[in-house]
Amino acid sequence: MDNKTIVLGVIGSDCHAVGNKILDYSLTDAGFNVVNIGVLSPQEDFINAAIETNAGAILVSSLYGQGEIDCRGMREKCDEAGLEGIRLYVGGNIVVGKQNWNDVYKRFKDMGFDRVYPPGTSVETAIHDLKEDLN
Amino acid sequence: MDAYLFIDFGSTFTKLTLVDIAKEEIIATEKSYTTVETDVTIGYKNALDKLNKKVNREYNIVKKLACSSAAGGLKIIAIGLVPELTAEAAKRAALGAGAKVIKTYSFNLNNDELSEIKNSNADIILLAGGTNGGNSDCILHNAQMIFNYKLAIPIVVAGNKSCIDEVKRIFAEDIEYYVTENVMPDLNHINVEPARETIRNIFMKNIIHAKGMENVQDTISEILMPTPASVLKAAEVLSVGTKDEDGIGDLAVIDVGGATTDVHSIAEGAPSKPSVMLRGLEEPHSKRTVEGDLGMRYSAMSVFEAAGTKFMKKYLQSSFDIEKEFEKRSEHTDFVAESQEDIEFDEAIAKVCVDISMKRHAGVVEPIYSPMGMMYSQTGKDLMELPYLIGTGGIIVNSKNADKILEAALFSMDDPTSLKPRHPKTLLDERYILSAMGLLTMINPNMAIRMLKKYIVKL
Repeated sequence: MDNKTIVLGVIGSDCHAVGNKILDYSLTDAGFNVVNIGVLSPQEDFINAAIETNAGAILVSSLYGQGEIDCRGMREKCDEAGLEGIRLYVGGNIVVGKQNWNDVYKRFKDMGFDRVYPPGTSVETAIHDLKEDLN
Repeated sequence: MDAYLFIDFGSTFTKLTLVDIAKEEIIATEKSYTTVETDVTIGYKNALDKLNKKVNREYNIVKKLACSSAAGGLKIIAIGLVPELTAEAAKRAALGAGAKVIKTYSFNLNNDELSEIKNSNADIILLAGGTNGGNSDCILHNAQMIFNYKLAIPIVVAGNKSCIDEVKRIFAEDIEYYVTENVMPDLNHINVEPARETIRNIFMKNIIHAKGMENVQDTISEILMPTPASVLKAAEVLSVGTKDEDGIGDLAVIDVGGATTDVHSIAEGAPSKPSVMLRGLEEPHSKRTVEGDLGMRYSAMSVFEAAGTKFMKKYLQSSFDIEKEFEKRSEHTDFVAESQEDIEFDEAIAKVCVDISMKRHAGVVEPIYSPMGMMYSQTGKDLMELPYLIGTGGIIVNSKNADKILEAALFSMDDPTSLKPRHPKTLLDERYILSAMGLLTMINPNMAIRMLKKYIVKL
């Protein structure tokens, strides 16, 4: 991998800390340099962290259903901040209620996220994708 | 009798403190006007003559040490990448080194900014940017710009360690630079001590030689540091202690001066209540903030601007033409309050300075309405349970109402999100010796703690 640095965090007014820690451990274990900004993180914190650490990808978690609102405009802000082409990942319970996954997937893809994971995705899937994307 | 002599070259006064080494007592303190326009040793000798008359017995000076904030103090420009991250970390490191931060720059610098820096009167530039192994483009760009403009100021390089070799190659022989550890080695972790020490060394080596201070080195062993750095050292050692002497624990110092108000806090500042998440850049354990717009004389008009008449009235009993009173003090910076009214007004200014400076120094909590109920996020230090608050600076030291002035720093329900101290014990630097004791820590920290415990009194 050329760039092993990734920024990890839970977006918005969401304080689910357990999954965040598990991701931190697993991704570190897989050889990534994980910059974990933790819970309750606004978009700006992800972006600032990625600038200072020269990260190759930003991994956004959202568990409380409001992810769609919290993630809006993130790609545009990244472009504005000079992070063109940075890989954006999102996963968790990213929308309210039970919705058709294909619709959800498309909405987040249109928002500029490169990888969009449904609930119950294993961390191995993300590790596999990261290795592929960051090469 | 063997003695140490400590000298503080202030912007207005040169202050001397003579200490009996065996008894660990202050023999005498004395002051005289600082003569930086001609030769500072004149003011120093005037003060020394006065001191000798006061002491009136033989003594043998074992060591003379000095700190200085004369000629505007130590002026630094801080440069980083992201404003809230490495630029902020660089600024905090410079403040901790006792400097006045003229301006903070972030991201890639442009030509206008470089011209501005070149034309500024900065003594040192602190160049940061990128975590270790992180972004290197920005610091390299800025180093190249500094080289292009042939800046003749010492540069302290405290950025991404992975590109330091490249920075050295850019600067080569043409730029005076000093490499130290990264001020932000990884995200949100701050590392200000090495930069502070490097700045202090440059201060000792370079800065002193300028501005009417050339002759000082012949008469005085060493000028060790800027005065605010010395106050911070004294506060640190009193709080933390040493291997042999106990410290008194967390504390804050408020120093109201003629031009600025400094607040130093020696505390972790972790949340004192449950359900609070910390946000933003980590706070240094010893943190100094300096408010350039809050001061008794030189900054009187900017206090008026910051406070307004309504806020001043909160601290005034009698009625005043508030604007006129501020103008009087700003135009006559040597004005000494003697009448009851003038003293009342001066103390009200001091209260405003203490109030606003502590508000800016302390952290804030913000409520967050989440699906899991109300949560709080904290930025900055939580000083709510701080045990000690120490007052220093002319106005507080000489006031009969020092306790009332310091009370302005306390938490109030008018401003419930500010994490100001709620019920600290208030202490007074009665003999005005904090900066001298900071110098003493460089010779004998244990003695400094014992003397601080003896001379910093409860109010």
